[in-house]
Amino acid sequence: MRLAARFDRTFIMTLVDTRTPDPKRLISGATGDWEVIIGLEVHAQVTSEAKLFSGASTTFGAAPNENVSLVDAAMPGMLPVINEECVRQAIRTGLGLKAQINHKSVFDRKNYFYPDLPQGYQISQFKQPIVGEGQIIISVGPDRQGNFEDIEVGIERLHLEQDAGKSIHDQHPTMSFVDLNRSGVALMEIVSKPDMRSADEAKAYVTKLRTIVRYLGTCDGNMDEGSLRADVNVSVRKPGGEFGTRCEIKNVNSIRFVGQAIDYEARRQIAILEDGGKIDQETRLFDPNKGETRSMRSKEEAHDYRYFPDPDLLPLEFDQAYVDALAADLPELPDDKRNRLVNDLGLSVYDASILVSEKAIAAYFEQVAKGRDGKISANWVINELLGALNKAGRDIEDAPLSPDQLGAIVDLIKNGTISGKIAKDVFEIVWNEGGDPKEIVETRGLKQVTDTGAIEKAVDDVIAANPDKAEQARAKPSMAGWFVGQVMKATGGKAAPQAVNDLVKAKLGITE
Amino acid sequence: MSDLTKLTIAEARAKLDAREFTALELTDAYLGAIEAANETFNAYVAVTHDKARAMAKASDERLAGGQAGALEGIPLGIKDLFATEGVHTQAASHILDGFKPRYESTVTANLWADGAVMLGKLNMDEFAMGSSNETSYYGPVKNPWRAKGSNTDLVPGGSSGGSAAAVAAWLCAGATATDTGGSIRQPAAFTGTVGIKPTYGRCSRWGTVAFASSLDQAGPIARDVRDAAILLQSMASVDKKDATSVDLPVPDYTAALGQSVKGMKIGIPREYRVEGMPEEIETLWQQGIAWLKDAGAEIVDITLPHTKYALPAYYIVAPAEASSNLARYDGVRYGLRVPGKDITDMYEQTRAAGFGREVKRRIMIGTYVLSAGYYDAYYVQAQKVRTLIKRDFETVFADGVDAILTPATPSSAFGIADQEMAADPVKMYLNDIFTVTVNMAGLPGIAVPAGLDHKGLPLGLQLIGKPFEEETLFRTAHVIEQAAGRFEAPKWW
Repeated sequence: MRLAARFDRTFIMTLVDTRTPDPKRLISGATGDWEVIIGLEVHAQVTSEAKLFSGASTTFGAAPNENVSLVDAAMPGMLPVINEECVRQAIRTGLGLKAQINHKSVFDRKNYFYPDLPQGYQISQFKQPIVGEGQIIISVGPDRQGNFEDIEVGIERLHLEQDAGKSIHDQHPTMSFVDLNRSGVALMEIVSKPDMRSADEAKAYVTKLRTIVRYLGTCDGNMDEGSLRADVNVSVRKPGGEFGTRCEIKNVNSIRFVGQAIDYEARRQIAILEDGGKIDQETRLFDPNKGETRSMRSKEEAHDYRYFPDPDLLPLEFDQAYVDALAADLPELPDDKRNRLVNDLGLSVYDASILVSEKAIAAYFEQVAKGRDGKISANWVINELLGALNKAGRDIEDAPLSPDQLGAIVDLIKNGTISGKIAKDVFEIVWNEGGDPKEIVETRGLKQVTDTGAIEKAVDDVIAANPDKAEQARAKPSMAGWFVGQVMKATGGKAAPQAVNDLVKAKLGITE
Repeated sequence: MSDLTKLTIAEARAKLDAREFTALELTDAYLGAIEAANETFNAYVAVTHDKARAMAKASDERLAGGQAGALEGIPLGIKDLFATEGVHTQAASHILDGFKPRYESTVTANLWADGAVMLGKLNMDEFAMGSSNETSYYGPVKNPWRAKGSNTDLVPGGSSGGSAAAVAAWLCAGATATDTGGSIRQPAAFTGTVGIKPTYGRCSRWGTVAFASSLDQAGPIARDVRDAAILLQSMASVDKKDATSVDLPVPDYTAALGQSVKGMKIGIPREYRVEGMPEEIETLWQQGIAWLKDAGAEIVDITLPHTKYALPAYYIVAPAEASSNLARYDGVRYGLRVPGKDITDMYEQTRAAGFGREVKRRIMIGTYVLSAGYYDAYYVQAQKVRTLIKRDFETVFADGVDAILTPATPSSAFGIADQEMAADPVKMYLNDIFTVTVNMAGLPGIAVPAGLDHKGLPLGLQLIGKPFEEETLFRTAHVIEQAAGRFEAPKWW
């Protein structure tokens, strides 16, 4: 496995307490409540054809050492040359994080020996990163009242750096193999401020960050392929007290694990402190099998990386016009999209949040809602489509229904051709068999019966067959529902529900 | 046929055009000289006999076909620091044992594109770290020059000692070299040859084994100023593979030769009069001043106040960069590997066996000055000094000075295995006292032979120019050369 040690970093960052301790986020221990403080360093692989400083390909899944240039293998006399696409992607990500874009930044060398680090140093940015302070709004909830809470998490910085290669230890009894395909691939390290106070917030943060980079197309966000991974800094303290000593959990590669690692680590630290012990600043690993973190390296064992500016590279400089051009080309981001869906289409914040949570879902929804009722479209995407996808364990990308097919179903409901109930059947048919919903409704005779004569007959029949129930209903109008149900049943669900309702009431002489 | 190896590049090139001899004959003459004398000098660490003859034959075809390049058929020696495809490229280090790159450095590729012929790879101080060529894994190079009436072997200087000795001993028509703190100019001065370190960024560093990236620059060592101009013309280029190479057109350097220096302002920095400097260096300097004055140049006294900090600052910056640049030699991918019980042990065994003493010393110095807690006190300070040194020069040039004249070295060539230098590395480092400022400021500097000392050993003068004004240096050095004459080592081998 990849050893995370190589991404160790201690920024000189002033810790600012941005949050008021909130009782609902505290963890109760034996000696009272504790507050957990979380900061994240996320490594996001830049979406680019070529590596950060070489022309080698970045394609995932290539044969070992297939995507390796002379530069990546650190052959003697080779020099790095910056890939402008990676710079553009970093700036775009910075803009998406509403962050300060630094017109001048510097690449530094971080020196350490490791077989999958051919140069003997990683080119990174230490003192002058390309992107400075920014922020992400995360939404946490729902609470017992079903409300969501927006929390602002500060971004400390974003910088560009090279990924390392991969050491493979299970191919030979005494030797290790090295695959340099990842060596030199561009990463964005996105460092948050220590603004999170619960595992849920940290998970929401990674989720939101992933959503943003996916919207921007600057990182594919695939955690299982290692395109996005998080180093999690955790400390605990008495609510509102001094910050505690932190431990850094390296290379956590799923959102679920981020949550598990934090919960475990917070409990571990609280137990130590409550036993009168103290926390050692150290680097830890999360073991997903055991669900625990364990020590990897103490502060004393930390490397001295001997950072210094890379003399092979000039400082990275660009002007505001360059940034402006990238800003003008930025796609609509999830927060803006959410607000637009709420304000323009009248969706609830809850529904809008679900729809924008993934770029592909939002795109699907917008295609369905185009020229149609937003609310009905949202209902169908969220309740039917996402529900069915979830049940089938599929992604929206391979949904069996196209947005146009779902849109056609919405149209059939809206123009009264079918009822909502029939629509669900049509949905299932299209899901399983495909086809044009309109045609399916036609050929299978699912069309809603709006012919009042036919419905009237069915109502008369039901009333005639149940004289005592009719008597009761006249005395107790809420019984009318039973007749509506029977009529619907008799008409195979095709009768227009409103018409049935009206006729039942009229025939029974119910006036309200 | 007279000895073809005695011809300058310009002469040989003209005679090749005139079909007085073939490129193959010229190359064979050099291969013969190498065979006869390389054992004596140890200038070449690899002779590419077959490749040289094949290249020469190809040159003859191009000469016959009227497609001859500027260096067509000219046999050159290449410092072992330059990557040459399929050919020994080891920076004269044990750690790169057996390394033959699959690529060609930009500088050598430029030379071959112009028709030059490769004779082989030249000895040097290991990873260009040294001023005497004694740190080479392949052993020291002998200077063709000896003191009058002495049989004592002298060093050719370093780190480009093989390049300078080969040029001075007629074992190549010209040579590539590199200069990080004086590695072209000091050996040129020690061997009576001409060496120019161009402006940082003038020659691509791509494919040249790195010592200290912010200081390294390639340049030629040649028999005279004209040959140096011809070689640099070919070596220099902008290169998109080197982010620090500069996109400026390469002028016709030879056009500057013979142009008058009348009215030019030549600065004489008072800080270059160092304690313990032999009287004859001062005399030589005055002679140089007189020649330029006679040629119509205006001589002005200038001050470069931060000069005295240059050498100490250099010995922080250069080792710092080197300690990082040499981290890639870890036994994992190429070169020497000494097995160990685990990966760390393998690194340690490999690097312990693969690097020589001087290289290890500099890696340790560099590692130390970059360490947490020392970085600000050493590296950051040294960078500040560097800025001040640069500013010194900028101020002088802004005041109208066109070039600066200084001695090239504080002494003539010294003996191989000099006890004093072996005992105190700083004594060795002092060889670069007049040359390191130029690297720290990224400026061009040329060393041109100007006379012999009382022992009959060559001494050089150095001219320092404004960024990318190599033409001024060639023009001025040519005036000194005209006045001083050429210096050839009396043949004893």
